[in-house]
Amino acid sequence: MKRVYVNEQWCLGCHLCEYNCAFANSGEADMVKALKGKPIYPRIKVEGTELVNFAVSCRHCTDPMCVKSCIAGALSKHDGAVCIDHSKCVGCFTCILVCPYGALSQGETGAIQKCELCLENACGEPACVKGCPNGAIVYEERDTL
Amino acid sequence: MKLEGQVRIPSGCAIAAAISRDGKRMTGEMIANAMKPMHDRSNGLGGGFAGYGIYPEYKDFYALHMFFDCRTTRKDCEVFLKEHFEIVKSEIMPTRKIPAITDEPVIWRYFVAPLQSVLHAQQLDEEEFVARTVMKINTEHPGAYVFSSGKNMGTFKAVGFPEDVGVFYRLDEYEGYSWTAHGRYPTNTPGWWGGAHPFSLLDWSIVHNGEISSYDANRRFIEMFGYQCTLQTDTEVITYIMDYLLRRQGLTLEEAASVVAAPFWSTIEDKPPAERETLMYLRTVFPGLLITGPFSVVFGFRGGLMALNDRLKLRSMVVGEKDDMVYIASEEAAIRTMAPDAENIWAPAGGEPVIIRVKDGVVV
Amino acid sequence: MSVDFIYPEFEVVRNDSRCIACRVCERQCANEVHSFDPKQGSILSDERKCVNCQRCVSLCPTRALKIVKSNCTLRENANWKDDTIKEVYKQAASGGVLLSSMGNPKEFPVYWDKILINASQVTNPSIDPLREPMETRVFLGKKPDRITRDQNGNIRCKLPPQLELSMPVMFSAMSYGSISYNAHASLARAATELGICYNTGEGGLHEDFYAYGPNTIVQVASGRFGVHKDYLDAGAAIEIKMGQGAKPGIGGHLPGAKIIGDVSRTRMVPEGSDAISPAPHHDIYSIEDLRQLVYSLKEATQYQKPIIVKVAAVHNIAAIASGVARSGADIIAIDGFRGGTGAAPTRIRDNVGIPIELALAAVDQRLRDEGIRNNVSLVAGGSIRCASDVVKAIALGADACYIATAALLALGCHLCRTCQSGKCNWGIATQRPELVKRLNPDMGAQRLVNLLTAWKHEIKELLGGMGINSIEALKGNRLMLRGIGLNEKELEILGISHAGE
Repeated sequence: MKRVYVNEQWCLGCHLCEYNCAFANSGEADMVKALKGKPIYPRIKVEGTELVNFAVSCRHCTDPMCVKSCIAGALSKHDGAVCIDHSKCVGCFTCILVCPYGALSQGETGAIQKCELCLENACGEPACVKGCPNGAIVYEERDTL
Repeated sequence: MKLEGQVRIPSGCAIAAAISRDGKRMTGEMIANAMKPMHDRSNGLGGGFAGYGIYPEYKDFYALHMFFDCRTTRKDCEVFLKEHFEIVKSEIMPTRKIPAITDEPVIWRYFVAPLQSVLHAQQLDEEEFVARTVMKINTEHPGAYVFSSGKNMGTFKAVGFPEDVGVFYRLDEYEGYSWTAHGRYPTNTPGWWGGAHPFSLLDWSIVHNGEISSYDANRRFIEMFGYQCTLQTDTEVITYIMDYLLRRQGLTLEEAASVVAAPFWSTIEDKPPAERETLMYLRTVFPGLLITGPFSVVFGFRGGLMALNDRLKLRSMVVGEKDDMVYIASEEAAIRTMAPDAENIWAPAGGEPVIIRVKDGVVV
Repeated sequence: MSVDFIYPEFEVVRNDSRCIACRVCERQCANEVHSFDPKQGSILSDERKCVNCQRCVSLCPTRALKIVKSNCTLRENANWKDDTIKEVYKQAASGGVLLSSMGNPKEFPVYWDKILINASQVTNPSIDPLREPMETRVFLGKKPDRITRDQNGNIRCKLPPQLELSMPVMFSAMSYGSISYNAHASLARAATELGICYNTGEGGLHEDFYAYGPNTIVQVASGRFGVHKDYLDAGAAIEIKMGQGAKPGIGGHLPGAKIIGDVSRTRMVPEGSDAISPAPHHDIYSIEDLRQLVYSLKEATQYQKPIIVKVAAVHNIAAIASGVARSGADIIAIDGFRGGTGAAPTRIRDNVGIPIELALAAVDQRLRDEGIRNNVSLVAGGSIRCASDVVKAIALGADACYIATAALLALGCHLCRTCQSGKCNWGIATQRPELVKRLNPDMGAQRLVNLLTAWKHEIKELLGGMGINSIEALKGNRLMLRGIGLNEKELEILGISHAGE
């Protein structure tokens, strides 16, 4: 399946992906309206130092620990993508603890949030990929994860 | 209004040609008549003919056909001629007075041989000497113009419709084994006889229908080698290109055709290795002589004709045969006029030269 | 000192109602114009540092930024222009030569914009490149004078070395050092994919790029940096750089600070040493010396590679080119005075040399007059900006064109003209790793391929309109050009008629 991959060689640490992610999942049509004066809750986070940066988001693992560990059945796999049913999340954060990549976080409402490849929002394709100025984040099919 | 040569005048045209592979001689009447059904391809501003084998009694001498604007110019020019040539005969060009052809210049012809002492002094071979002298007259003697300079051949041209030009020059009184004809449709009215076609140099003559888009690239290339394009016509530059490739570079007709109507690179790449190498070489060495834009030409030379279309075949040209005769024309109607029962009529592909030579052993 | 104060040239205009304080501008500005104020939660800007490279403007996700020219001006004076006065202040303060980058920005005539191209109407047909073959392949190099044949009468097909290009455009010399590794990688990969050549400039050839050798022109300049046997053997052609349009008569200077790591190794210059290219080649003080270098390089490479001699367009260019054409060179590259540079003395860049259009026309005609035009191919450079410039250059007589500024623009350059600072925010004219990585060669190479693919389409359209179906029939075809608003002398030099004639 197609996944979001990050090539740290080209990641500039500009953090635009975080803002594009937050905007894409805000439900708003205007980025200013969506993000101005508020804390943002992106599902992708840039980690790193001055020289090396890496945008981290859900890997959509073949055998995801988060899905296994979810006590409320809020996480599940659909066509390879790890999806979340916010209405079921009880906010126990077990998934956050078990994810080896640190790809899940607490969302604005208290329930957890994670990258769902922008499949459900208005963007239609991963907003982080579309907006990356240096082609560091790609959405593609690869042989192995 | 500027004269031909001071400005470039595009024109449309009709062309026709006929040759006997047996070397049988025929009068010029047939080829003149062949132009009649193509009357609408000309507009009365230029017509002309070239005949090969027409001067057997003077076959060893260069026949210079010349226009002069007045008697004084002729007298002055003759002084120059005598410094360079032995003139074995000079005479007024025989013509008929007809209402369709008016305002003729002084037309004269000379049969000449280069003076050996001058040749020797200039260290030139005979043909190079004649070619250079012709160009010198045409560029440095205002009012004088050499429009034919080959051996045992001659060009006849005028402002008028070609069929009238044939009558004017009494072509019915000449016999040749090969004839070409041209009717011109220039896009303005300079009314200068020298601007009519065929254009010829030494034994080469060209009749051409088209307007080449590569003109100035070709002109500026060929002018590096001593040619001077005084008329700014396609026909003139094509003649010089053929002279350069055939006489100066020693190419064969087929090789010359593959320079001026070079196959596309993709076509060259599909050829067998030896042919591919030669074609690549010629195209790389002579890029400035590739001719683009529409043209159909009949190139006359001693003992034969070559018909050639541009590589996209943007101008009509058909070829037909009957017995030992081969006919070429812009339209089949012209061929049918010459030979109503002509056979094997076909339209050669773009860039495909059709070369017809009189049979081996026939002296022309 | 207050007398030295110059009000900033640009103002950073931030639309606070749109700014979401994402800090992209702050993170992306190597000049440190933007800073985040945690107390107010907003971004501040110090416009004194702004060079108007537009990096922040381009990356701002909410279009909250724009850079405008400051309207704080000195009293208007047609003689003492704003720039002129400020340059005096700078020199009074520093005592130094002023440096600038990229091409001459002054208001000299751009002849390309005063030349119009012909098209077919009625008397001959235009050609649709989508339906008919349309050829743009060219071969650069000396063409033999005479056809010779073997004993069987076959033509001997041995040609002097030729450079084959799929279209008559190449990327001109930009050294590794003056531009980044990623910029070079982009150029090399694009040249290979396009079937054209790029040029190493005087920085040597990075070991990673030997693989692109068949599409590489290796340069030998006055400092001889990076020149060795393998380097010469690696390229498709060798260019001797005698001069550069942006700074004729001037050498080059890459500061020691940039001679680090790979740049040092590739240039074969010790780390931290300034790489100074002398103004002349100290083994070429005359034309006969050039001939010796040309043949030395030919000997070194077994006569397998064409030798290019690059000269700046100066007043006597026609005579110079005539000499070069007789020196054994296979190709002459002429660089006009609007050509770019990574750094040049401002006064030189803006006042020395002549326009490429006039130089090209004069050289082409001179070589034809002397009957030696086929001895060499001509490459024209020095601000070829678009496909129609290429077509006009070919019609004036060029065999091909060199482009560099247009290529850099494709890579992201916004022509802020501060390459000399080494802080290129677009990752092009810099060696700082965090800036170099901003140019991803996957994207860069693709954008260069896109640019020249687009130009190729346009060249074909223009050719087709003229009724020409191969580029060689355009070369020197000046009848296809007309001047507009040019005087008699200019038309005479360009060898073209005026529009309407």
